[in-house]
Amino acid sequence: MIRVVLPAHLRTLARVSGDVEIEVEGQVTQRSILDALEARYPMLRGTIRDHVTQERRPFLRFFACQEDWSHELPDAPLPGSVASGAEPFLIIGAIAGG
Amino acid sequence: MSKVRVLVGTRKGAFILSSDGKREKWDVSGPHFAGWEIYHVKGSPADPNRIYASQSSGWFGQVIQRSSDGGKTWETPGGEKMPTPGGMPAGQSNKFVYDTSSATGKSLTTHQWYDGTQHPWEFKRVWHLEPSLTDPDAVYAGVEDAALFRSTDGGKSWRELSGLRGHGTGPKWQPGAGGMCLHTVILDPSDPGRIFIAISAAGAFRTDDGGKTWKPINRGLRSQYIPDPSAEVGHCVHHIAMHPSRPGVLFMQKHWDVMRSDNAGDSWQEVSGNLPTDFGFVIDVHAHEPETIYVVPIKSDSEHYVHEGKLRVYRSRTGGNEWEPLTKGLPQSNCYVNVLRDAMAVDSLDSCGVYFGTSGGQVYASADAGDTWAPIVRDLPAVLSVEVQTLP
Repeated sequence: MIRVVLPAHLRTLARVSGDVEIEVEGQVTQRSILDALEARYPMLRGTIRDHVTQERRPFLRFFACQEDWSHELPDAPLPGSVASGAEPFLIIGAIAGG
Repeated sequence: MSKVRVLVGTRKGAFILSSDGKREKWDVSGPHFAGWEIYHVKGSPADPNRIYASQSSGWFGQVIQRSSDGGKTWETPGGEKMPTPGGMPAGQSNKFVYDTSSATGKSLTTHQWYDGTQHPWEFKRVWHLEPSLTDPDAVYAGVEDAALFRSTDGGKSWRELSGLRGHGTGPKWQPGAGGMCLHTVILDPSDPGRIFIAISAAGAFRTDDGGKTWKPINRGLRSQYIPDPSAEVGHCVHHIAMHPSRPGVLFMQKHWDVMRSDNAGDSWQEVSGNLPTDFGFVIDVHAHEPETIYVVPIKSDSEHYVHEGKLRVYRSRTGGNEWEPLTKGLPQSNCYVNVLRDAMAVDSLDSCGVYFGTSGGQVYASADAGDTWAPIVRDLPAVLSVEVQTLP
């Protein structure tokens, strides 16, 4: 089970509290996590990745195991501790706006 | 007794203000969608329990919300959890994708940028939601960058009416300071095929065939800030209003100038008359008097606040030219708020109610057509839009 930490506004939109737990089939990557997340919470489609290009929205970043994965390839394997659920995959909103 | 529901969109959420027909005591519900920008909230004329809201954020993009119980509960249409794992999610309700099909051609792909070069269309947000007059599941969305979308399934999916961007003048449209937004959508109650829209800064446009073909309707507008002041397009129209009993008569608040048309936009005449300044954003029409109109003059395009520190609604009972200030109950000193283009509305009770919201977070109401005013709320986030539902 993969643990995903969402920004507060997306937790509200998805009507969840705390971390989200999702099953990911196959290799655990940014893409496979986000695909599974959007399949379970369709209202999140377009809020993390652009609907058409599937690129990360500019003011969001992806972190795991104290590393910034935002600029890694979406199909690059994430650390085993994320795949095992020991460490969460974090979707972080930029601190911006004053 | 009749009731009134005021739907308020703000920089940090939506609020619903409810009262009985006296409009003296108000219940305030909200914030809904706390922390998100709510550009517009509007109810369906065909089913007042059906309300649509445009929820957006610089971080997370566009979301469409829908209520089927008058705003008590909300859902993201098409965003429900899938009943079976492995099934494809819907989640299309916040998907606004421009029509780039080969049938519509390259002319759809660029518009004029601030520096005069061509720039691709990029979806930013929904500014205005206009529900169908007859079908609660049909709704139009005016978006930035300027285009018109329509949903016929209650907001679950959206399709562009690309004839608007494709009619020929699209490459000449350019963004105003607030972006290149399609902010006004008016449906003609006497002709299902006729729709009026307005874009900053392109101007006003009309279709007579339900959105397939469009034409600019800007003859008579003069804008000194563009190279050809009488150009076919390029005018910064801020808002248009129409009385449903006379759909051929339109009133416009342009960047500067208050205008009217008596031939469905084919030509316009200035009716600014004795206004202290004819810059502004809102314009609206009395519910029962088609020649009574309201504006809120703003000092200038470089000082987006009311003139002389006084919050004054101006009313004309003659369809323009002759205006009277309405001040009773409104601050008349040290007031420097703005009233944005979608932030005024009227109810249809016997004594017409008029409502508007300010950048300072006040929502003012008048139960006597503007003669006297009182704040419903004073300290909301900056108000982006105000709509009213008159309920049985």
